[in-house]
Amino acid sequence: MTIATSTENSAGPSAGGAGAAPAGVIHAILRTPVGLACLIYLAIVVVACAIAPWIAPHDPLFQDLHAIGKGPNAAHLLGTDMLGRDVLSRLLYGGAYSLGGVLTAVVVLLIVAVPFGLLAGYAGGRVDRVISRVIDVAMSIPVIIILLAVLTIFNRNMTAAMIVFGLLGSSGLIRVVRGNVLSVREELYIDAARVIGLGPAQIAVRHVLPRTSGAIIVHVSIFAAISLGVQTGLSYLGLGVPPPAPTWGGMVGDAATVIQTNPWLLVPSGGVIAITVLAFGLLGDVVRDATSERAKTATGRTRLARRRGATADQKPAAAVVRDATAALLEGPNSAALLSVRGLTVAFGADDAATTVVENVSFDIFRGECVGLVGESGSGKTVTALSVLGLLKRVGRITGGSVSLEGHEISGLPEREKRRFRGTEIALISQEPMVALDPSFTIGDQLAEVVRSHARMKNKRVSRAAARKRAVELITAVNIPDPEVVAKRYPHQISGGQAQRVAIAAAIAGDPKLLIADEPTTALDVTVQAEILDLLRSLQAKNGIAVLLVTHDWGVVADLCDRALVMYAGQIVETADINRVFQLPLHPYTKALLEASPHLAVEGEPLPAIPGSVPRPKDWPTGCHFAARCRFATEDCLAAPVPLLKVGEERASRCIHTDQLMPEGRLVPEAVR
Amino acid sequence: MTQLILRRLLMSIPLLLVVSLVVFVLGSLVPGDPAQTILGVDATPDAVAALRDKLGLDQPWYAQYFHWLSGVFHGDLGTSLYSGEPVVTTLAERLPVTLSLVSLSTLFCMVVGIGFGMLSAVRGGFLGRVVDTLSLAGLALPNFWVAVVLVTLFAVKLRVFPATGYTPLMTSPFYWIVGLVLPVCALSLAGIATIAKQTRSAVLDVLDRDYVRTFRASGVSEWSVLLKHALRNASIPVASVIGIHAIASLDATVFVENVFVLPGMGSLATQATLDHDLPVIEGVALYFTVIVIVVNLCVDIAYGLLNPKVRTA
Repeated sequence: MTIATSTENSAGPSAGGAGAAPAGVIHAILRTPVGLACLIYLAIVVVACAIAPWIAPHDPLFQDLHAIGKGPNAAHLLGTDMLGRDVLSRLLYGGAYSLGGVLTAVVVLLIVAVPFGLLAGYAGGRVDRVISRVIDVAMSIPVIIILLAVLTIFNRNMTAAMIVFGLLGSSGLIRVVRGNVLSVREELYIDAARVIGLGPAQIAVRHVLPRTSGAIIVHVSIFAAISLGVQTGLSYLGLGVPPPAPTWGGMVGDAATVIQTNPWLLVPSGGVIAITVLAFGLLGDVVRDATSERAKTATGRTRLARRRGATADQKPAAAVVRDATAALLEGPNSAALLSVRGLTVAFGADDAATTVVENVSFDIFRGECVGLVGESGSGKTVTALSVLGLLKRVGRITGGSVSLEGHEISGLPEREKRRFRGTEIALISQEPMVALDPSFTIGDQLAEVVRSHARMKNKRVSRAAARKRAVELITAVNIPDPEVVAKRYPHQISGGQAQRVAIAAAIAGDPKLLIADEPTTALDVTVQAEILDLLRSLQAKNGIAVLLVTHDWGVVADLCDRALVMYAGQIVETADINRVFQLPLHPYTKALLEASPHLAVEGEPLPAIPGSVPRPKDWPTGCHFAARCRFATEDCLAAPVPLLKVGEERASRCIHTDQLMPEGRLVPEAVR
Repeated sequence: MTQLILRRLLMSIPLLLVVSLVVFVLGSLVPGDPAQTILGVDATPDAVAALRDKLGLDQPWYAQYFHWLSGVFHGDLGTSLYSGEPVVTTLAERLPVTLSLVSLSTLFCMVVGIGFGMLSAVRGGFLGRVVDTLSLAGLALPNFWVAVVLVTLFAVKLRVFPATGYTPLMTSPFYWIVGLVLPVCALSLAGIATIAKQTRSAVLDVLDRDYVRTFRASGVSEWSVLLKHALRNASIPVASVIGIHAIASLDATVFVENVFVLPGMGSLATQATLDHDLPVIEGVALYFTVIVIVVNLCVDIAYGLLNPKVRTA
């Protein structure tokens, strides 16, 4: 039947992950309702069939001529067949035969597969190659036909057939065990065991095998499900023990001959096979989920904690609604190209939402380059993506507005969003190599972008014209041999070239604003400079405004006119670029600048900001940076800190800006 | 690409040898005398001895195997012990039936499974649960049981499809397909379920990729994202599941052909098992193995066509 399905599935990465000790696996099964139900069902069926001679209400072969083809009744709980034999008794006796066959196959499977799998994984080298080659061949053998041959030769001996079935099925499990051993043997505690002087066999049995047991149980339970299908199938064909002895498959066969007069007989026989197969299969699924979840327990805990913290997060967001900067940033600025007001983004479902971007407001004017700066986890990328409405399924905008040239765009339906994506606002991603579809050529992908822009403007561009435009775009981003590159696939070009192609795709629709999310982070230093040069020349030539998301002050200094500094979901400072470098007015900006390698003083150690960005659930009510700030006082944590206007077109989310000013200048500037 | 195919073909030679050898060695272990079986219990010892000599049964098993193997190269798979017909002739009659079943089932599973998988990936929720339930049913219900139920419902009760029999494609394409509807459905339940499940997870995986975001950010339509980029990239893992289904359905024809009394290789193998007809079993095993090899080759070629990294390597 579907032996190949099973082996492939459980050989896959899902089962190959972290194993678990057998006790842990059983515990995991007992904890889930499905696992528990399957286990209880299987236990009942196995025990009942094993003690059939004692509990069966009737002799399975006795023909009660007064009760032929009866439905379920008090004397015969599942009715009788066309020869007046009790169906329940026949199922119990037949189960011993069918499940016995499964047991035979599973035992053979384990005896063969576990040692060979361990050997292949642990010995490696030539042994591994030979075993792997044999497995490759064995996996292509047509199983059922071989079983038929075995049944011919051994005169319908089902035990022989199931032994051979276990033997043939072992190739899949050998792969699984081998894969697990390969991953486990690299781990430190295995080295430690080796150092202590344990032999390979001891290490295998004591350390490697327990870790692999989860994957083995998954494979075995699915294999058991398939064995039962095969065993009953062969019995159905009448190839096993001859009638009148009861077998599950044979009972389906008997029922099939009388479907016109007594269709009920198909139900108990087919039902018990289906439910038993299902129980084996589901048990495998439960163990697989449990073993793969184990590896993620840490993340699970985080998620839970984050949920608990969510309610606490709502408060500060609400409290800062009336920002002191309202004067500076009152309502969407229709003169700006992009005007973002009070943007708030949350992750997770309604009842467990966590705010990750809080009340963010800024403007971007035509042709200017604005840097959005901050450490990882500060919410820069989420802010940038929510402008385009490209948050993943988990995230959504819960408040605020995003307007483009005076038109609100944040609440638009997906179809309407397409009207500005690419043609008004375009995106360049962080990882150029994964930003291009690996299955299509560079030229095809650019041409598709060109044609879909045209379609949005109700114009039609022929394939040839789109193709020509694609080559022009490749030329525009300074890639040599554009014709050749157009015919290449993403994996055939370098990272720098891929980022140029991504930029080409972004400028294909002549956008007014380019959002560049860490466009140089994944690239070599020399390539970084080239990409920045390219961005600068595009900005100069086409008058494109750029929102540059980065953690690199060097890039900001190189390209930007203004900087927005973000920390833990909030904008903490906004200012003209020169003034930020001269005089940062938020302790975080100051610390971040000091920690920048570009501005380090030679010979002195690079100062780092102690601690790390708090996770959204850990945000305090007051200043988010207080825990890491050297100027922090009790006041900082007492209430949410609003963005305060400091001097000309400058704002800082800090109540101690005076301490950052040089002596004598602080009072007049700050008050104005 | 060509190299990959050639390497695969070379690797299939030992596979064919192994399968035929295994069946042969097992066959040589059969208790009793095939010559006696053929001629019946009433045959004279002289006649049995003559036939033994003719069949080469007095030679050691490896000599017999080489004899059989050299026959294979001349297109001779021996004669059926039961009917006396050449195995090659019998198989030639049976092959189209089994191939029709397997190819139609694979096609059907592809279309329905990928369709279901795409829908449930995009719509999620209800359809996702339908696919989950279907895949449980596909795993749990034995195909011979499904076949019997289908016969009961659609052939006996509703009389919309014939219960048994096969009409060759050349005789009447209409009756060919009508006769195969129920067997193909019985063969396909599990395949649809696994293909739908694989498609859904592969599509969801692709939709999370950066390049999908790139296309969305460039204003490319959601249809194009789904049908062109998501489907194309998801099809690479799906192709291997389709290949697995094709092989599984080949095995399953043994059961399903019996329910629907289709004169294919599966029912032939069953009959041969009951008749102790080893040359026929050996022939079917050889044909099945060749089909498995061809399916695997198709999957490899599909990989190459779908995945530029393989094609351009």
